[in-house]
Amino acid sequence: MSLDRSDVEKIAHLARLALDENQVEGYAAELSNILALVEQLEAADTDTIEPMAHPLHMAQRLREDQVTEPDCRAQNQAVAPLVENVLYLVPKVIE
Amino acid sequence: MQWETVIGLEIHTQLASKSKIFSGASIAYGAEPNSQACIVDLGFPGVLPVLNEAAVDMALMFGLAVDAEIGSRSVFARKNYFYPDLPKGYQISQFELPIVGRGSLTIDLEDGQQKQIGITRAHLEEDAGKSLHEDFHGMSGIDLNRAGTPLLEIVSEPDMRSIKEAVAYARKIHQLVVYLGICDGNMQEGSFRVDANLSMRPKGQQEFGTRTELKNINSFRFLERAMNYERERQIDLLESGKKVVQETRLYDADRDETRSMRSKEEANDYRYFPDPDLLPVEITEQRLAQARERMPELPDQKKARFVTDYQLSETDATLLTQSRQQADYYEQVVASDADPKMAANWVTVELAGALNKAGLELADSPVSAEQLGGLLKRIADNTISGKLAKQVFEGIWQGEGDADAVIEAKGLKQITDSGQIESIIDEIIAANPKQVEQFQAGKGKLLGFFVGQVMKQTQGKANPGQVNQILLKKLKG
Repeated sequence: MSLDRSDVEKIAHLARLALDENQVEGYAAELSNILALVEQLEAADTDTIEPMAHPLHMAQRLREDQVTEPDCRAQNQAVAPLVENVLYLVPKVIE
Repeated sequence: MQWETVIGLEIHTQLASKSKIFSGASIAYGAEPNSQACIVDLGFPGVLPVLNEAAVDMALMFGLAVDAEIGSRSVFARKNYFYPDLPKGYQISQFELPIVGRGSLTIDLEDGQQKQIGITRAHLEEDAGKSLHEDFHGMSGIDLNRAGTPLLEIVSEPDMRSIKEAVAYARKIHQLVVYLGICDGNMQEGSFRVDANLSMRPKGQQEFGTRTELKNINSFRFLERAMNYERERQIDLLESGKKVVQETRLYDADRDETRSMRSKEEANDYRYFPDPDLLPVEITEQRLAQARERMPELPDQKKARFVTDYQLSETDATLLTQSRQQADYYEQVVASDADPKMAANWVTVELAGALNKAGLELADSPVSAEQLGGLLKRIADNTISGKLAKQVFEGIWQGEGDADAVIEAKGLKQITDSGQIESIIDEIIAANPKQVEQFQAGKGKLLGFFVGQVMKQTQGKANPGQVNQILLKKLKG
């Protein structure tokens, strides 16, 4: 399986990545190579192998339900580009 | 053409934990904007999510309540999309291996029949923040207090065949999660939000029609109205030969209509993958057993017990078990030795009516269960008549004390001394010879007149049974 220009443009859009026109072909080739490698892996018989969600053979540690975080709004907002009335300001996204 | 409605619901219930699903920030409602959004919720580089065990346990309780398959392993996944109220660029949710698998819930239909609705799955996820679009010079203001609030999304099968069934199912889920104590059920505050997937098909056709999704409805009334509007809209389209477009629509309550929100053509582009920040969750036998131990009696079980233990009608039992709070209140009234049927009446009619009139919730009732029990005991032992009991209730409501104190203060004690009643009746008979004559000539209805006179004399305090008995004896003799 190989990717064409439009696949790359779509993936870039979904990830909100700005690609130059002249980069698209190169990425299409590189990504296609990765898919080719995955295709090779697919040749292996994995019928008896349980799918893995994480490389570590450990279970998630759980946290007790306690409020432990103090209000650090002032520090957090100090590094935000724009703040007004204690709200973070962002470019408007119209639905 | 005859159309059939097909509905499936996705319900987001906010879990009643203290802290967020992946951070130790508070989820208390109504806090100042962004005062409860810590660096994990804000998606700062280098932070790691740590799963809240309360969210896991609450999800397990729900799974047990709907008799669902619960696997020994559950995995969190990233659902990727860009929106300003989602700082990380992905929502931590579950895709494969949700914590709660296939289950079912039985709903009661209007005709008294029951129907089983399939539950596809229920998964844990984090809520997003809130965008405010007004008054920011063309920009949007973002409050991230809600970001990271634990949600359990309950997905049903497309098993509902009418709007009534869908509303009944949504109400039943609401009742269940509130009973379980895993959600406060507060719809105004967004703790319980419904997405409805609705499609139409010609009656008899197997294949489903194209569906639309109505998003984020936070009242049962709006849910019903939105689905009604959408049903009509789709039928109009189909009958005029047009096609329903698969899309997300928003219900506008002010205009009572649904509007297209965004086309769902990119629906499969969330690019889910297992979140490498979170290890698979192991659901041990021990954890499951603990969840089982914490399970309260569920609405249906409680209803069945009320019918058997208290000999209540199906209707009364349903009414009383509507909420756990009301059922508990009722049982406290009965525990103070009141007659179960009488207690059911007082709780569902007199008390519920008074609370409704005053705009109060049961939790704020001025009359406690013990006080109501005390009042009912005085009706049962004939201290007061059922009629005067309402006055006593009123007195307790106004804070004049317990039943006995109010009866004493208002002098409402019932007259049960038959000698006293007899002498009053003698006077009345003597004063109304004409009516006595008519009664004896066969005008039986006049008995009511005499009873009325006695009650007037005694300000309603005479025991009605005794009055009737003595009157009949004297008038006929």
